[in-house]
Amino acid sequence: MALALTAFLAKDALAALPIQRWTQPGGAQVYLVESKAVPMVDVQIDFDAGSRRDPAAQAGLASVTARMVDKGVLAHGQEPALDENTLDDAWADLGANFGAEAGSDRMSFSLRSLSDPALLDRAAQLAARQIGEPSFPDDVWQRERQRIVAALREAETRPATQAGRAFQRAVYGSHPYGQRTTPETLAAISVADMRALHERGLLACSAKVSIVGALDRAQADRLATTLLSRLPARACSPLPAVPEVQALTAPQDIRIPFDSAQAHVYIGQPGFKRADPDYFPLLVGNYILGGGGFVSRLTEQVREKRGLSYSVQSWFEPGLHAGAFTIGLQTRPDQAAQAVDVARGVLDHFVADGPTREELKAAQDNLIGGFPLRIDSNAKLLSNVANIAWNNLPLDYLDTWTAQVQKVSVADIRTAFERKLRPDRMVTVVVGGKP
Amino acid sequence: MGLLLGLLGALGAAAQPSQAGDPPPASGALNLPGDAGASKAQQFTLANGMTVIVKPDRRAPTAVQMVWVRVGSMDEVDGTSGVAHMLEHMMFKGTPTVPAGEFSRRVAALGGRENAFTTRDYTGYYQQIPANRLEEVMKLESDRFAHNQWPDAEFTKERQVVTEERRMRTEDNPRAQLGEVLNAQVWLASPYRRPVIGWMSDIAAYTADDVRAFHQRWYVPANAALVVAGDVDPAQVRRWAEATYGRIPARAVPARKPQVEPVQAGIRRVDFKAPAEQAYVALSFKVPGLESLAADAPQADDALALTVLSAVLDGYSGARLGRALTQGPDRVADSVGAYHSLVARGPKTFMLYGVPAQGRTAAQVEAALRAQVAKVAAEGVSEAELRRVKTQWVAGEVFKRDSVFEQANELGSNWIMGFPTDADEQVIARLEKVTAQQVQAVAQRYFGDDQLTVGTLLPQPVDPSKPRRPAQADAPGGAVH
Repeated sequence: MALALTAFLAKDALAALPIQRWTQPGGAQVYLVESKAVPMVDVQIDFDAGSRRDPAAQAGLASVTARMVDKGVLAHGQEPALDENTLDDAWADLGANFGAEAGSDRMSFSLRSLSDPALLDRAAQLAARQIGEPSFPDDVWQRERQRIVAALREAETRPATQAGRAFQRAVYGSHPYGQRTTPETLAAISVADMRALHERGLLACSAKVSIVGALDRAQADRLATTLLSRLPARACSPLPAVPEVQALTAPQDIRIPFDSAQAHVYIGQPGFKRADPDYFPLLVGNYILGGGGFVSRLTEQVREKRGLSYSVQSWFEPGLHAGAFTIGLQTRPDQAAQAVDVARGVLDHFVADGPTREELKAAQDNLIGGFPLRIDSNAKLLSNVANIAWNNLPLDYLDTWTAQVQKVSVADIRTAFERKLRPDRMVTVVVGGKP
Repeated sequence: MGLLLGLLGALGAAAQPSQAGDPPPASGALNLPGDAGASKAQQFTLANGMTVIVKPDRRAPTAVQMVWVRVGSMDEVDGTSGVAHMLEHMMFKGTPTVPAGEFSRRVAALGGRENAFTTRDYTGYYQQIPANRLEEVMKLESDRFAHNQWPDAEFTKERQVVTEERRMRTEDNPRAQLGEVLNAQVWLASPYRRPVIGWMSDIAAYTADDVRAFHQRWYVPANAALVVAGDVDPAQVRRWAEATYGRIPARAVPARKPQVEPVQAGIRRVDFKAPAEQAYVALSFKVPGLESLAADAPQADDALALTVLSAVLDGYSGARLGRALTQGPDRVADSVGAYHSLVARGPKTFMLYGVPAQGRTAAQVEAALRAQVAKVAAEGVSEAELRRVKTQWVAGEVFKRDSVFEQANELGSNWIMGFPTDADEQVIARLEKVTAQQVQAVAQRYFGDDQLTVGTLLPQPVDPSKPRRPAQADAPGGAVH
């Protein structure tokens, strides 16, 4: 981390966290934090090409497209095509790491390399070919598909998988956030579909490039240019809108028999979008309800007082759409009903009454006091910078973060939870419970 | 990043970031500058015998405190397996001055994050905190190290939590269950035969006083190390350590029984049936590890060569095992791996494991894994492969410096082994000297039948209408409450 940042944090000075941002001639937006202490560079590139755009019949398309990016690149001019093994060897020889993955909203490429200019340039050239010119070989895809199908079938034998799936389906209905990758949807995906997704979804002009490491702005700009150099230079036109997650109109109780050592419990409903103005009250409130390690209400009531579960938590997944609010726990089958009652009681009470002043103060002490722990490595900084880039947050977002937490009131939390959660319309899934 | 990098980190060949002007061993094209924000770890001993290790890293105003106790499940006895882990849970349940739950509340109020972990070899506790809160967590942690105290009712409730933890980690996880069964087959005399979390019936049977006695016996200053890393001043940490941990009375570290594993003379096989779709096979070969960093440590060269072998087989994406077993029309596996436990308090193994591809059997995977080792034994490895795995290590040494927590973690695990703070640099330097001939030689020497134990998961149909497993497997759990 840059020394300037250390000074900022240590002295509570008002100097801004130095995030630099610029738009390249091709339209890509670059975000940079110069962090010179360790001779390394981390990059994340995000595209609006996540699984929310998967056709229902081809659920998993974005994810497998990202997975196939390291399975080969096309020949280009003087450069020969490279297969998966040649790529693997090349990355190992560079001592660098490159990867691609798709989440619900974004398809992300990440690179970690030493900052030695010769090495970094070679790493960037190689990454650029994988980002821009993947070959999507069909024989490799057929093999990968078989491996994924086998792993899916194995996962089906676990109660946790069954519970998670039933919960997603009930919370999201037909929304793409709830789409499930199955052997059938994978069978409907061809390498031509991957090429088409790559062609329409990955354009330099829509890239958000986040960079943290030992390089200056000019070097970072060259790095971003190289990484995106093999993508089509086409202009970006707006992508089709994706529908919103629909609120639930009625509660749902789903009980699935399963002979397991533990019952798996999920309780929840659609939550909120990342752009929601209630973001901070919901963040602080959830810390108190079930997010705060060993000190949340759920942990206190379910684990500490009653010994019902090793792990009990609540979380929101705010994205471009209203990701789920979820309470999750696991308990001995004959205790499932009791655990559900206790967790529901905690939730109902919290939504109705909000936190106490003491709880709010404890949450603010932890979140504000612990803020430096959120940005004390390049890896963590990168994640924060990419979050700012992806969600179009202000460049001073990290500088104002503690003040935003500080100004949350008990009433803010109560009204935000009232607005977002309807305890009378929760999905409750219990897999493997016994009376 | 290759698997071996993680392996080294996990096993204690720790990161020891070098000072400016003191570059780590160069390899191939890599020539690395030093780290402006960090300086060398300092180690000293308090009057009561407790070790203190301080690693300044001033990139950010945060710090991590860890307390490492050289006691794990290998120091338990039959009948009370899991007691080290249960004690780890009970350490959060109070002292005469800090009631149950208060420790975590105070750490949270300081802005901290905390947890603890138990393995075969050690127990550890940590808090990540803003650096200006270090003194307060040192007071809290030293208090519970010396004065952990709680009523029986807290123990009874927490035992239920641990029972749920075992159900979550093991009872519904066929591969974890196979791992338990395999360990119990590999080891006869070594305490490594018992699961860290404990057998279910032992969890039900250990008492509050068993846990208290374990604390009294093993949590003595000379059996523990304080590791602090981050934006800290070593002299200041030393003063605080003397005022907190330093006041704990010295007591003798109990003698440990050797429990030497008899030489295995013949292949062992164990099958485990569980509801699953995929089979799984794990091969465990008894091999040497690195017992000390002394130049004349027995079998050290072989141990290092075995670690290089594991990296050549599976140390990076696309290494030998994956390429040979999971690719092509005749592939036998969906996934494979290799792992050498270079460093551990107990005996060492070299593991090969894999999941058969559709239509293939565990026996075919077993044969194919062994064929890859035999290929190295017959033909050796290439200089390109050797250079490749070494490049991974050198780059990994730089990447590790990004995480203060990881640095503290490695310093602690090195101390557990009795290794110096620069063990990582030393081990990497020695790994770099391993030759292709040495790798070939260990592939020839250690992979016969006699030292081998094979565990195979035999998948059973999942039928929700039938009992998923023999009823007896659930009975001990039922008896807990």
